[in-house]
Amino acid sequence: MTAGLAVQINSVLAALILLTSFGLLVQRRIYGMLRLFAWQGAFLSLSTAIVGYTAGLHHLYISAALTLALKVFALPYILYVLIHRLEIKRDVEELVNIPTTMLIGIALVIFSYYLTAPIRELSTLITRSTLAVALATVMIGLLIMITRRKAVTQIIGFLALENGLFFAATSATYGMPLVVELGVALDILIAAFIFGIFFYHIRTSFDSLELKDMEKLKEDE
Amino acid sequence: MLILVLLGINLLAAAVLAVIGEKRYAPEVNILGSAATFVASVFLAADVYYNGRMISGREYFFVDEFNVYLAVLTAFVSMTTAVFSRPYMRHEQERGRLGKVAMRFYHAMFQLFIFAMLMALLTNNVGILWISMELATLSTVLLVSLYRTPSSVEAAWKYFILCGVGIALALFGTVLLYFAAEKVLGEGSKALQWTNLAAVSGSLEPTVLSLAFVFFMVGYGTKVGLVPLHNWLPDAHAEGPTPISAVLSGLLLNIALYALVRCKTLVDGATHGNRAGQIMMAFGLVSLLVSAFSLLRQKDIKRMFSYSSIEHMGIATYAFGLGGSVATFGALLHMLVHSLTKSAIFFTVGHASQMHGTQEISRIRGLIKGNPLVGWGLMLGVAAIIGLPPFGLFTSEFLILTATMKSAPLLAPFFLLGLAIAFAALLRKVMPMVFGAVPDYQHNQRVSHTPVILHMILVLVLGLYLPVFLSQWLHGAVRLLR
Repeated sequence: MTAGLAVQINSVLAALILLTSFGLLVQRRIYGMLRLFAWQGAFLSLSTAIVGYTAGLHHLYISAALTLALKVFALPYILYVLIHRLEIKRDVEELVNIPTTMLIGIALVIFSYYLTAPIRELSTLITRSTLAVALATVMIGLLIMITRRKAVTQIIGFLALENGLFFAATSATYGMPLVVELGVALDILIAAFIFGIFFYHIRTSFDSLELKDMEKLKEDE
Repeated sequence: MLILVLLGINLLAAAVLAVIGEKRYAPEVNILGSAATFVASVFLAADVYYNGRMISGREYFFVDEFNVYLAVLTAFVSMTTAVFSRPYMRHEQERGRLGKVAMRFYHAMFQLFIFAMLMALLTNNVGILWISMELATLSTVLLVSLYRTPSSVEAAWKYFILCGVGIALALFGTVLLYFAAEKVLGEGSKALQWTNLAAVSGSLEPTVLSLAFVFFMVGYGTKVGLVPLHNWLPDAHAEGPTPISAVLSGLLLNIALYALVRCKTLVDGATHGNRAGQIMMAFGLVSLLVSAFSLLRQKDIKRMFSYSSIEHMGIATYAFGLGGSVATFGALLHMLVHSLTKSAIFFTVGHASQMHGTQEISRIRGLIKGNPLVGWGLMLGVAAIIGLPPFGLFTSEFLILTATMKSAPLLAPFFLLGLAIAFAALLRKVMPMVFGAVPDYQHNQRVSHTPVILHMILVLVLGLYLPVFLSQWLHGAVRLLR
């Protein structure tokens, strides 16, 4: 595989990651979101492996394997089990104004390109054009968290945001040092267990997983 | 070596308490673990005091004047909080609010939380700092919802999501920092080490670091509780058990501010200006003013004091942003005395709300007649926190005000306004709580005297006289941050 081809493949993967982000933004079914999230993880893992191969950095293979194990298998599986146990699989979320959400998403992508413009010129890495995509994925993850009204879908938005961060780490810098990546992966895994416990707590105290029921704590009650 | 012992004690204690945490002697084990950590931190501090800064553990850890004083403070407050938590949590158990599993979980997570904070302070690696900050959040999330009431679950969810997002943005900042550092220092862990970064900060790419600072500011700023990123803080403090409110308020906010200040010095070095400082000043001043006004309309006692924490973190952030040796010295001292005072206040508040069975300010009355220690402790604690002399906060706030008059006189009225409103608000709410007749629903109970008295004496002493070793440390830290 030549360097030129690798750059092209990576750009395609970056585009796919962004596309899955938009998919997550407008997907209404929980299982559909889960599938999209797993695909995003797969693209991320593949892209990491390709960067590792072209740059000759073997520790990136470990990150790619970690991503594959965590984001494609472990987390979607944990979420699947939770959704199954809590019997919320048929829930369809009412999303208001899908076109507006999409437009905001597009604006965020443009904003990310604008923000990273000075950095793109500095970078000499083969993956430099993907930094903007990474930032856009982070911001769309935030947007998903804002627009969603259910605890489970909000968590998927949070994990999509985390995907954007991982992508930034590989695309901007060929990956963080291994100690850091292992630690980050561990933190995400702990977080996954915590939100799993949380779903049960929310369910038992509120009788639903709708976040709109959780708006008691405000100023001036 | 000493650092590993220091960190190991907490981990060991956490593991032991995860097994025996519901036993009758578990609180004593908790105190023992924290006390051992405190002793180790004193030894470490003495080592640094006599032999100077050091880097150890294959350059993964480092100790200098800035982090060692915070490490001793963290270990100290966690020890006194463990002492306070013994009667407090026992009472909660007797009231039937907590079961055995909850107690085990509480004790283990308390130790893990202290471990995460000490790790964040002592690590030499920006990435590991981030991981420890995240661990500190994760270990306290389920403590906030320990009572399982709907409002506590809601508060914990808010804390989890807001701090999770905030800290994720800080990771983006870390990635950008690594991106800039790797060009100068080469690949690998060495490009994320504070000691290396500080040495080459002048040659880091300024545009990248300015962008990185925005992410650090928003990310760690969320954890510091700066307005407008503070939404999680009052809820988490009000709904969790009081010992956790005390350590969240007294320690975790400090650690987050520590991370932010370290990042600021790097950015200042790269941009050769004070842009980062100006951003911090704006955030700090807005936090001070907004929280001072919010204090006026609080009805829940723990919520009120958590707004007071936002106010004081705002003051410290503002002072670090202002820069210069006087303001930085003031900010460092402020972090120290605020932490001691605020945790003492939370101790008394915890007892006061248990005595009345409520956290509502309007139902807490006649504390001094009911229990002189709780009443006077709260009164003196509030006198200290609003900045009355001769307590330590007067000294630090006076130093910061002097520096403001000198280098940014136009901001001085706003600073004074914030302090004055907070002064009036807190005094107005606390007076009726401590003075007056004892209501019939108040019932006296066993309280832990030592932590409150110890903290208040320390705050008083620090207001009157600064020991030589402490002023040397703080001056050393000021030199580091300039």
